[in-house]
Amino acid sequence: MTSSIIARVRQKRIEQLISLGKRLDERGLTDYREVQVEVGVIEKAEGSARVRLGKTEVLVGIKIELGAPFSDVPDKGVLTVNAELVPLASPTFEPGPPNENSIELARVVDRGIRESEAIDLEKLCIEPGKKVFIVFVDVYVLNYDGNLIDASALAALAALLNTKLFKYAVKEGEVQIKPGYKPLSIRNHPVAVTFAKINDKLVVDPGLEEEQVMEARLTMTIEKDGKICALQKGGAGYFKIQQILEAGKIARKKAAELRKLVVKK
Amino acid sequence: MNLKIVVMKKMPVLYERRQIVTPGDLLAENDYMAGENTFKENGKIYATRVGLVNYENRNIYVMALKSFYFPMVGDTVIGKVIDVSLIGWMIDVKAPYRALLRASDVLERSFRPQRDDLPSMFDVGDIIIANIVASDRTRGPLLTIREPGLGKITRGQITEITPTKIPRLIGKKGSMISIIKKETGCQVFVGQNGSIIVSGKSPEDERLAIMAIHKIEQEAHTSGLTDRVAEMIRKEKNEKKEVSGKHV
Repeated sequence: MTSSIIARVRQKRIEQLISLGKRLDERGLTDYREVQVEVGVIEKAEGSARVRLGKTEVLVGIKIELGAPFSDVPDKGVLTVNAELVPLASPTFEPGPPNENSIELARVVDRGIRESEAIDLEKLCIEPGKKVFIVFVDVYVLNYDGNLIDASALAALAALLNTKLFKYAVKEGEVQIKPGYKPLSIRNHPVAVTFAKINDKLVVDPGLEEEQVMEARLTMTIEKDGKICALQKGGAGYFKIQQILEAGKIARKKAAELRKLVVKK
Repeated sequence: MNLKIVVMKKMPVLYERRQIVTPGDLLAENDYMAGENTFKENGKIYATRVGLVNYENRNIYVMALKSFYFPMVGDTVIGKVIDVSLIGWMIDVKAPYRALLRASDVLERSFRPQRDDLPSMFDVGDIIIANIVASDRTRGPLLTIREPGLGKITRGQITEITPTKIPRLIGKKGSMISIIKKETGCQVFVGQNGSIIVSGKSPEDERLAIMAIHKIEQEAHTSGLTDRVAEMIRKEKNEKKEVSGKHV
Protein backbone atom coordinates (compact mmCIF):
# COMPACT_ATOMS: atom_id res chain seq x y z
CA MET A 1 0.00 0.00 0.00
CA THR A 2 1.74 3.13 -1.12
CA SER A 3 0.29 6.52 -1.73
CA SER A 4 1.44 9.64 -3.47
CA ILE A 5 0.43 11.81 -0.52
CA ILE A 6 3.41 13.59 0.98
CA ALA A 7 3.79 13.85 4.75
CA ARG A 8 3.12 17.34 6.05
CA VAL A 9 6.40 17.48 7.98
CA ARG A 10 8.22 16.65 4.75
CA GLN A 11 6.38 19.35 2.84
CA LYS A 12 7.24 21.94 5.50
CA ARG A 13 10.90 20.94 5.39
CA ILE A 14 11.12 21.21 1.59
CA GLU A 15 9.54 24.67 1.65
CA GLN A 16 11.75 25.79 4.52
CA LEU A 17 14.92 24.61 2.78
CA ILE A 18 13.98 26.20 -0.54
CA SER A 19 13.33 29.57 1.08
CA LEU A 20 16.92 29.28 2.36
CA GLY A 21 18.15 28.46 -1.15
CA LYS A 22 18.79 24.80 -0.31
CA ARG A 23 17.22 21.53 -1.35
CA LEU A 24 16.63 18.11 0.16
CA ASP A 25 19.42 16.44 -1.79
CA GLU A 26 21.81 19.34 -1.15
CA ARG A 27 22.00 20.65 -4.69
CA GLY A 28 21.42 24.29 -5.57
CA LEU A 29 18.11 25.64 -6.87
CA THR A 30 19.30 25.62 -10.47
CA ASP A 31 21.28 22.37 -10.42
CA TYR A 32 20.32 19.21 -12.25
CA ARG A 33 20.79 15.82 -10.69
CA GLU A 34 23.42 13.59 -12.23
CA VAL A 35 22.58 12.97 -15.89
CA GLN A 36 23.65 9.79 -17.64
CA VAL A 37 23.01 9.18 -21.32
CA GLU A 38 23.43 5.86 -23.12
CA VAL A 39 22.66 5.49 -26.82
CA GLY A 40 22.03 2.48 -29.01
CA VAL A 41 20.68 0.37 -26.18
CA ILE A 42 18.03 -1.44 -28.27
CA GLU A 43 19.45 -3.44 -31.13
CA LYS A 44 16.19 -3.99 -33.00
CA ALA A 45 15.16 -0.33 -33.00
CA GLU A 46 16.32 2.18 -35.59
CA GLY A 47 17.46 4.43 -32.76
CA SER A 48 17.39 4.29 -28.98
CA ALA A 49 18.66 5.98 -25.84
CA ARG A 50 18.41 5.61 -22.11
CA VAL A 51 18.65 8.64 -19.87
CA ARG A 52 19.05 8.62 -16.11
CA LEU A 53 18.32 11.80 -14.22
CA GLY A 54 19.18 10.92 -10.65
CA LYS A 55 16.88 7.97 -10.02
CA THR A 56 14.50 8.87 -12.84
CA GLU A 57 15.10 6.58 -15.77
CA VAL A 58 13.63 6.82 -19.26
CA LEU A 59 14.11 4.61 -22.30
CA VAL A 60 13.30 5.89 -25.78
CA GLY A 61 13.09 3.71 -28.84
CA ILE A 62 12.65 4.93 -32.40
CA LYS A 63 11.06 2.87 -35.14
CA ILE A 64 10.78 3.96 -38.75
CA GLU A 65 8.07 2.44 -40.91
CA LEU A 66 6.51 3.03 -44.30
CA GLY A 67 3.03 4.48 -44.39
CA ALA A 68 0.66 7.02 -45.86
CA PRO A 69 0.98 10.77 -45.11
CA PHE A 70 -1.76 12.94 -43.65
CA SER A 71 -3.92 14.29 -46.47
CA ASP A 72 -3.38 17.96 -45.49
CA VAL A 73 0.43 17.63 -45.71
CA PRO A 74 0.90 15.05 -48.50
CA ASP A 75 4.58 15.89 -49.00
CA LYS A 76 5.73 15.38 -45.41
CA GLY A 77 6.70 12.39 -43.33
CA VAL A 78 4.89 11.63 -40.10
CA LEU A 79 6.20 12.05 -36.54
CA THR A 80 4.41 10.25 -33.72
CA VAL A 81 5.43 10.43 -30.08
CA ASN A 82 3.94 8.07 -27.56
CA ALA A 83 4.73 7.83 -23.86
CA GLU A 84 4.08 4.88 -21.62
CA LEU A 85 4.05 5.14 -17.82
CA VAL A 86 4.61 1.48 -17.05
CA PRO A 87 3.54 0.25 -13.59
CA LEU A 88 7.04 -0.92 -12.73
CA ALA A 89 8.23 2.68 -12.74
CA SER A 90 6.19 3.82 -9.75
CA PRO A 91 3.64 2.44 -7.27
CA THR A 92 1.26 5.15 -8.46
CA PHE A 93 1.32 4.11 -12.14
CA GLU A 94 -1.47 1.77 -13.19
CA PRO A 95 -1.70 -0.41 -16.28
CA GLY A 96 -4.32 0.49 -18.85
CA PRO A 97 -5.03 3.17 -21.45
CA PRO A 98 -2.86 6.33 -21.34
CA ASN A 99 -3.89 8.87 -18.72
CA GLU A 100 -3.50 12.64 -18.80
CA ASN A 101 0.05 12.47 -17.45
CA SER A 102 1.38 10.18 -20.14
CA ILE A 103 -0.46 12.14 -22.85
CA GLU A 104 1.00 15.41 -21.55
CA LEU A 105 4.48 13.89 -21.45
CA ALA A 106 4.20 12.63 -25.03
CA ARG A 107 2.81 15.91 -26.29
CA VAL A 108 5.47 18.08 -24.66
CA VAL A 109 8.23 15.87 -26.09
CA ASP A 110 6.47 15.90 -29.47
CA ARG A 111 6.06 19.69 -29.41
CA GLY A 112 9.77 20.21 -28.81
CA ILE A 113 10.79 18.03 -31.74
CA ARG A 114 8.06 19.27 -34.08
CA GLU A 115 8.25 23.02 -33.44
CA SER A 116 12.03 23.14 -33.58
CA GLU A 117 11.79 21.26 -36.89
CA ALA A 118 14.49 18.92 -35.67
CA ILE A 119 13.47 16.28 -38.19
CA ASP A 120 13.27 17.37 -41.81
CA LEU A 121 9.89 15.80 -42.48
CA GLU A 122 9.93 16.79 -46.15
CA LYS A 123 12.95 14.56 -46.69
CA LEU A 124 10.98 11.64 -45.29
CA CYS A 125 8.51 11.84 -48.16
CA ILE A 126 8.97 9.08 -50.72
CA GLU A 127 5.98 9.64 -52.97
CA PRO A 128 3.82 12.71 -52.20
CA GLY A 129 0.35 11.73 -51.02
CA LYS A 130 1.10 8.03 -51.13
CA LYS A 131 4.21 6.83 -49.36
CA VAL A 132 6.21 8.46 -46.57
CA PHE A 133 8.32 7.38 -43.64
CA ILE A 134 6.65 7.39 -40.24
CA VAL A 135 8.93 8.06 -37.28
CA PHE A 136 7.65 6.53 -34.05
CA VAL A 137 9.24 7.92 -30.91
CA ASP A 138 8.27 5.65 -28.03
CA VAL A 139 9.03 6.87 -24.52
CA TYR A 140 9.09 4.25 -21.78
CA VAL A 141 9.45 5.42 -18.21
CA LEU A 142 11.48 2.82 -16.33
CA ASN A 143 11.70 4.61 -12.99
CA TYR A 144 9.87 7.67 -11.79
CA ASP A 145 11.60 10.04 -9.40
CA GLY A 146 10.39 13.36 -10.74
CA ASN A 147 10.96 15.46 -13.86
CA LEU A 148 9.95 12.99 -16.53
CA ILE A 149 9.65 15.69 -19.17
CA ASP A 150 13.31 16.73 -19.19
CA ALA A 151 14.54 13.15 -19.05
CA SER A 152 12.20 12.07 -21.87
CA ALA A 153 12.97 15.03 -24.11
CA LEU A 154 16.69 14.51 -23.67
CA ALA A 155 16.37 10.77 -24.31
CA ALA A 156 14.25 11.43 -27.41
CA LEU A 157 16.89 13.81 -28.78
CA ALA A 158 19.71 11.39 -28.01
CA ALA A 159 17.77 8.57 -29.69
CA LEU A 160 17.00 10.67 -32.78
CA LEU A 161 20.67 11.54 -33.17
CA ASN A 162 21.40 7.83 -32.98
CA THR A 163 18.72 6.88 -35.54
CA LYS A 164 19.58 5.21 -38.81
CA LEU A 165 17.33 5.25 -41.83
CA PHE A 166 17.27 2.27 -44.17
CA LYS A 167 18.13 2.82 -47.79
CA TYR A 168 15.41 2.32 -50.35
CA ALA A 169 14.66 2.50 -54.05
CA VAL A 170 11.39 3.17 -55.82
CA LYS A 171 10.64 0.80 -58.68
CA GLU A 172 7.37 1.01 -60.63
CA GLY A 173 5.62 2.67 -57.71
CA GLU A 174 6.81 0.02 -55.27
CA VAL A 175 9.25 0.88 -52.47
CA GLN A 176 12.03 -1.61 -52.13
CA ILE A 177 14.23 -1.66 -49.06
CA LYS A 178 17.88 -2.07 -49.86
CA PRO A 179 20.62 -3.25 -47.53
CA GLY A 180 22.53 -0.59 -45.60
CA TYR A 181 21.62 2.44 -43.57
CA LYS A 182 22.27 6.15 -43.47
CA PRO A 183 21.86 8.42 -40.44
CA LEU A 184 18.58 10.32 -40.05
CA SER A 185 19.38 13.99 -40.53
CA ILE A 186 18.59 16.07 -37.44
CA ARG A 187 18.64 19.83 -38.01
CA ASN A 188 17.91 21.15 -34.57
CA HIS A 189 18.54 20.02 -30.99
CA PRO A 190 15.60 20.86 -28.72
CA VAL A 191 16.23 20.40 -24.99
CA ALA A 192 13.53 20.75 -22.34
CA VAL A 193 14.18 22.43 -19.00
CA THR A 194 11.51 22.16 -16.31
CA PHE A 195 10.97 24.49 -13.37
CA ALA A 196 8.85 23.98 -10.30
CA LYS A 197 7.54 26.88 -8.29
CA ILE A 198 7.79 26.19 -4.58
CA ASN A 199 7.34 28.93 -2.00
CA ASP A 200 7.46 31.55 -4.75
CA LYS A 201 10.91 30.38 -5.85
CA LEU A 202 11.93 28.63 -9.05
CA VAL A 203 13.59 25.25 -8.80
CA VAL A 204 15.18 23.44 -11.73
CA ASP A 205 14.74 19.68 -12.23
CA PRO A 206 12.19 18.98 -9.47
CA GLY A 207 12.51 15.58 -7.77
CA LEU A 208 9.51 13.41 -6.91
CA GLU A 209 8.83 15.00 -3.53
CA GLU A 210 9.34 18.49 -4.91
CA GLU A 211 6.79 17.73 -7.61
CA GLN A 212 4.35 16.70 -4.91
CA VAL A 213 4.64 20.04 -3.11
CA MET A 214 5.06 22.39 -6.08
CA GLU A 215 2.42 25.00 -6.82
CA ALA A 216 3.10 25.12 -10.56
CA ARG A 217 5.40 23.69 -13.18
CA LEU A 218 6.85 25.31 -16.30
CA THR A 219 8.71 23.57 -19.08
CA MET A 220 10.70 25.50 -21.67
CA THR A 221 12.15 23.75 -24.68
CA ILE A 222 15.19 25.51 -26.08
CA GLU A 223 16.54 25.20 -29.62
CA LYS A 224 20.23 25.00 -30.35
CA ASP A 225 20.49 28.75 -31.04
CA GLY A 226 18.81 29.60 -27.73
CA LYS A 227 15.29 30.25 -29.01
CA ILE A 228 12.32 28.94 -27.07
CA CYS A 229 10.35 26.55 -29.28
CA ALA A 230 7.87 25.04 -26.84
CA LEU A 231 6.30 25.85 -23.51
CA GLN A 232 4.15 23.89 -21.13
CA LYS A 233 2.70 25.03 -17.85
CA GLY A 234 1.22 22.62 -15.34
CA GLY A 235 -0.20 22.67 -11.84
CA ALA A 236 -2.80 24.92 -10.21
CA GLY A 237 -0.48 27.81 -9.32
CA TYR A 238 0.75 30.75 -11.38
CA PHE A 239 4.00 32.41 -12.46
CA LYS A 240 4.81 36.10 -12.37
CA ILE A 241 6.14 37.72 -15.54
CA GLN A 242 9.43 38.32 -13.75
CA GLN A 243 9.71 34.65 -12.94
CA ILE A 244 9.07 33.56 -16.51
CA LEU A 245 11.75 35.92 -17.80
CA GLU A 246 14.15 34.61 -15.18
CA ALA A 247 13.22 31.03 -16.11
CA GLY A 248 14.01 31.77 -19.76
CA LYS A 249 17.51 32.90 -18.86
CA ILE A 250 18.21 29.88 -16.66
CA ALA A 251 16.68 27.49 -19.20
CA ARG A 252 19.03 28.72 -21.95
CA LYS A 253 22.06 28.11 -19.79
CA LYS A 254 20.88 24.72 -18.57
CA ALA A 255 19.79 23.58 -22.05
CA ALA A 256 23.25 24.34 -23.41
CA GLU A 257 24.81 22.25 -20.64
CA LEU A 258 22.44 19.33 -21.24
CA ARG A 259 22.88 19.52 -25.01
CA LYS A 260 26.62 18.94 -24.63
CA LEU A 261 25.83 15.54 -23.14
CA VAL A 262 23.98 14.24 -26.19
CA VAL A 263 25.29 16.19 -29.18
CA LYS A 264 28.77 15.09 -30.16
CA LYS A 265 30.74 17.60 -32.17
CA MET B 1 36.39 -30.70 15.70
CA ASN B 2 35.49 -34.35 15.34
CA LEU B 3 32.23 -33.77 17.11
CA LYS B 4 31.17 -31.20 14.55
CA ILE B 5 31.65 -33.58 11.67
CA VAL B 6 29.53 -36.21 13.40
CA VAL B 7 26.73 -33.68 13.88
CA MET B 8 26.87 -32.67 10.24
CA LYS B 9 26.54 -36.25 9.12
CA LYS B 10 23.53 -36.86 11.27
CA MET B 11 21.59 -33.82 10.10
CA PRO B 12 22.66 -32.54 6.73
CA VAL B 13 22.71 -28.74 6.66
CA LEU B 14 24.07 -27.32 3.45
CA TYR B 15 24.88 -23.80 4.58
CA GLU B 16 26.80 -22.27 7.45
CA ARG B 17 25.03 -19.93 9.84
CA ARG B 18 24.51 -16.41 8.42
CA GLN B 19 25.43 -17.44 4.89
CA ILE B 20 23.49 -15.67 2.14
CA VAL B 21 20.90 -17.70 0.20
CA THR B 22 18.58 -16.98 -2.70
CA PRO B 23 15.05 -18.28 -3.39
CA GLY B 24 15.10 -21.96 -4.36
CA ASP B 25 18.36 -22.76 -2.61
CA LEU B 26 18.29 -26.15 -0.88
CA LEU B 27 18.97 -25.47 2.79
CA ALA B 28 18.62 -28.79 4.57
CA GLU B 29 17.17 -32.26 4.36
CA ASN B 30 15.09 -34.60 6.47
CA ASP B 31 15.21 -33.87 10.18
CA TYR B 32 14.74 -30.10 10.04
CA MET B 33 11.61 -28.02 10.33
CA ALA B 34 10.87 -25.28 7.83
CA GLY B 35 10.87 -21.90 9.59
CA GLU B 36 10.33 -18.37 8.37
CA ASN B 37 10.87 -17.70 4.65
CA THR B 38 11.39 -21.37 3.79
CA PHE B 39 9.23 -24.25 2.60
CA LYS B 40 9.47 -28.01 2.77
CA GLU B 41 8.92 -30.31 -0.20
CA ASN B 42 9.60 -34.05 -0.26
CA GLY B 43 11.58 -33.75 2.96
CA LYS B 44 13.82 -30.99 1.60
CA ILE B 45 13.82 -27.41 2.81
CA TYR B 46 14.25 -24.53 0.36
CA ALA B 47 14.58 -20.77 0.81
CA THR B 48 11.85 -18.46 -0.49
CA ARG B 49 13.69 -15.14 -0.10
CA VAL B 50 17.10 -13.58 -0.39
CA GLY B 51 18.54 -13.54 3.10
CA LEU B 52 20.81 -15.01 5.71
CA VAL B 53 20.18 -18.59 6.72
CA ASN B 54 20.10 -19.50 10.39
CA TYR B 55 19.02 -22.44 12.51
CA GLU B 56 18.02 -22.97 16.06
CA ASN B 57 17.83 -26.57 17.25
CA ARG B 58 15.92 -28.24 14.44
CA ASN B 59 14.23 -25.13 13.11
CA ILE B 60 15.81 -23.61 10.00
CA TYR B 61 14.86 -20.14 8.79
CA VAL B 62 15.99 -17.30 6.56
CA MET B 63 16.35 -13.74 7.81
CA ALA B 64 15.28 -11.67 4.80
CA LEU B 65 17.64 -8.90 3.71
CA LYS B 66 14.72 -6.79 2.59
CA SER B 67 11.04 -7.15 3.29
CA PHE B 68 7.76 -5.33 3.47
CA TYR B 69 6.13 -4.78 6.83
CA PHE B 70 3.70 -7.38 8.06
CA PRO B 71 1.46 -5.93 10.79
CA MET B 72 1.62 -7.68 14.17
CA VAL B 73 -0.53 -6.93 17.22
CA GLY B 74 1.38 -4.86 19.76
CA ASP B 75 3.76 -3.21 17.30
CA THR B 76 4.33 0.53 17.48
CA VAL B 77 4.19 1.91 13.96
CA ILE B 78 4.55 5.28 12.28
CA GLY B 79 1.97 5.96 9.60
CA LYS B 80 0.69 8.65 7.30
CA VAL B 81 -2.94 9.74 7.10
CA ILE B 82 -4.03 9.14 3.52
CA ASP B 83 -7.79 9.49 3.82
CA VAL B 84 -10.43 10.77 6.20
CA SER B 85 -13.48 8.51 6.15
CA LEU B 86 -16.84 8.70 7.89
CA ILE B 87 -15.76 6.78 10.96
CA GLY B 88 -12.06 7.53 11.20
CA TRP B 89 -8.85 7.76 9.25
CA MET B 90 -7.10 5.48 6.81
CA ILE B 91 -3.42 5.21 7.64
CA ASP B 92 -0.60 4.09 5.37
CA VAL B 93 1.72 2.05 7.58
CA LYS B 94 3.82 0.64 4.70
CA ALA B 95 2.03 -2.69 5.01
CA PRO B 96 0.13 -4.52 2.26
CA TYR B 97 -3.08 -3.35 3.96
CA ARG B 98 -4.36 0.09 4.89
CA ALA B 99 -4.69 0.54 8.63
CA LEU B 100 -7.74 2.09 10.27
CA LEU B 101 -7.72 4.53 13.16
CA ARG B 102 -11.22 4.89 14.55
CA ALA B 103 -12.61 8.26 15.55
CA SER B 104 -13.94 6.92 18.86
CA ASP B 105 -10.40 5.87 19.77
CA VAL B 106 -9.13 9.42 19.39
CA LEU B 107 -12.10 11.13 21.04
CA GLU B 108 -12.04 8.97 24.18
CA ARG B 109 -15.84 9.02 24.10
CA SER B 110 -18.45 7.87 21.64
CA PHE B 111 -18.19 9.44 18.22
CA ARG B 112 -20.95 11.79 17.04
CA PRO B 113 -20.72 11.99 13.27
CA GLN B 114 -22.94 15.11 13.09
CA ARG B 115 -20.82 17.17 15.46
CA ASP B 116 -17.24 15.94 15.42
CA ASP B 117 -14.95 17.34 12.75
CA LEU B 118 -12.43 14.65 11.87
CA PRO B 119 -10.11 16.65 9.55
CA SER B 120 -9.52 19.18 12.37
CA MET B 121 -7.99 16.37 14.44
CA PHE B 122 -5.94 14.57 11.81
CA ASP B 123 -5.82 15.57 8.18
CA VAL B 124 -4.42 13.95 5.05
CA GLY B 125 -0.61 14.12 5.16
CA ASP B 126 -0.29 14.07 8.96
CA ILE B 127 2.14 11.63 10.52
CA ILE B 128 1.04 9.65 13.56
CA ILE B 129 2.62 7.15 15.92
CA ALA B 130 0.20 4.38 16.84
CA ASN B 131 -0.01 0.89 18.24
CA ILE B 132 -1.59 -2.00 16.41
CA VAL B 133 -4.45 -3.46 18.47
CA ALA B 134 -5.83 -5.99 16.02
CA SER B 135 -4.64 -7.46 12.78
CA ASP B 136 -5.79 -10.36 10.68
CA ARG B 137 -5.75 -10.98 6.97
CA THR B 138 -9.48 -10.42 6.50
CA ARG B 139 -9.29 -6.73 7.38
CA GLY B 140 -6.62 -4.05 7.57
CA PRO B 141 -4.93 -3.58 10.94
CA LEU B 142 -6.67 -1.49 13.59
CA LEU B 143 -4.69 1.22 15.32
CA THR B 144 -4.89 3.04 18.63
CA ILE B 145 -3.25 6.22 19.91
CA ARG B 146 -4.70 5.94 23.43
CA GLU B 147 -1.41 5.30 25.14
CA PRO B 148 1.29 7.69 26.32
CA GLY B 149 3.77 8.70 23.64
CA LEU B 150 1.41 8.05 20.75
CA GLY B 151 -0.34 10.56 18.51
CA LYS B 152 0.38 13.21 15.92
CA ILE B 153 3.91 14.25 15.01
CA THR B 154 4.21 17.91 14.10
CA ARG B 155 7.94 18.39 13.81
CA GLY B 156 11.02 16.52 12.66
CA GLN B 157 11.75 14.44 9.61
CA ILE B 158 10.51 11.04 8.51
CA THR B 159 12.75 8.46 6.92
CA GLU B 160 12.36 4.81 6.04
CA ILE B 161 14.45 1.67 6.18
CA THR B 162 13.50 -1.92 5.43
CA PRO B 163 11.68 -3.37 8.49
CA THR B 164 14.05 -6.33 8.86
CA LYS B 165 16.85 -3.95 9.83
CA ILE B 166 14.92 -2.38 12.69
CA PRO B 167 16.44 -4.70 15.36
CA ARG B 168 19.92 -3.74 14.10
CA LEU B 169 19.06 -0.05 14.26
CA ILE B 170 17.97 -0.40 17.88
CA GLY B 171 20.94 -2.61 18.76
CA LYS B 172 21.49 -4.77 21.82
CA LYS B 173 19.49 -3.18 24.67
CA GLY B 174 19.11 -0.06 22.54
CA SER B 175 22.85 0.55 22.24
CA MET B 176 22.84 1.65 18.61
CA ILE B 177 19.89 4.00 18.83
CA SER B 178 21.20 5.62 22.01
CA ILE B 179 24.49 6.37 20.25
CA ILE B 180 22.61 8.23 17.52
CA LYS B 181 20.53 10.11 20.05
CA LYS B 182 23.58 11.04 22.12
CA GLU B 183 25.82 12.09 19.24
CA THR B 184 23.27 14.11 17.28
CA GLY B 185 21.09 15.34 20.11
CA CYS B 186 18.01 14.27 18.17
CA GLN B 187 14.95 12.46 19.41
CA VAL B 188 14.44 9.28 17.39
CA PHE B 189 11.14 7.37 17.27
CA VAL B 190 11.38 4.00 15.57
CA GLY B 191 8.31 2.33 14.14
CA GLN B 192 8.36 -1.44 13.71
CA ASN B 193 7.16 -0.85 10.14
CA GLY B 194 10.47 0.73 9.15
CA SER B 195 9.39 4.36 9.39
CA ILE B 196 11.52 6.50 11.66
CA ILE B 197 10.90 10.01 12.97
CA VAL B 198 13.97 12.10 13.69
CA SER B 199 13.40 15.35 15.50
CA GLY B 200 16.29 17.60 16.45
CA LYS B 201 17.20 21.18 17.23
CA SER B 202 18.34 22.00 13.70
CA PRO B 203 17.84 20.48 10.22
CA GLU B 204 21.58 19.76 10.20
CA ASP B 205 21.31 17.51 13.28
CA GLU B 206 18.41 15.70 11.68
CA ARG B 207 20.37 15.21 8.47
CA LEU B 208 23.23 13.66 10.43
CA ALA B 209 20.93 11.28 12.27
CA ILE B 210 19.21 10.23 9.03
CA MET B 211 22.59 9.65 7.42
CA ALA B 212 23.62 7.44 10.34
CA ILE B 213 20.36 5.49 10.11
CA HIS B 214 20.90 4.77 6.42
CA LYS B 215 24.49 3.74 7.09
CA ILE B 216 23.22 1.21 9.61
CA GLU B 217 20.68 -0.10 7.11
CA GLN B 218 23.35 -0.58 4.47
CA GLU B 219 25.97 -2.11 6.71
CA ALA B 220 23.63 -4.06 9.00
CA HIS B 221 25.41 -7.36 8.33
CA THR B 222 28.86 -6.12 9.42
CA SER B 223 30.26 -6.21 12.94
CA GLY B 224 31.67 -3.35 14.97
CA LEU B 225 29.07 -1.05 13.42
CA THR B 226 28.19 0.86 16.59
CA ASP B 227 31.69 2.30 16.91
CA ARG B 228 31.90 3.18 13.23
CA VAL B 229 28.57 5.00 13.32
CA ALA B 230 29.67 7.03 16.33
CA GLU B 231 32.92 7.86 14.60
CA MET B 232 31.17 8.90 11.39
CA ILE B 233 28.81 11.27 13.19
CA ARG B 234 31.69 12.91 15.07
CA LYS B 235 33.71 13.29 11.89
CA GLU B 236 30.81 14.84 9.98
CA LYS B 237 30.12 17.23 12.83
CA ASN B 238 33.74 18.40 12.93
CA GLU B 239 33.86 18.88 9.17
CA LYS B 240 30.73 21.00 9.29
CA LYS B 241 32.20 23.08 12.07
CA GLU B 242 35.38 23.69 10.13
CA VAL B 243 33.49 24.72 7.02
CA SER B 244 31.19 27.10 8.87
CA GLY B 245 34.19 28.46 10.78
CA LYS B 246 35.90 29.40 7.54
CA HIS B 247 32.89 31.35 6.34
CA VAL B 248 32.91 33.43 9.51
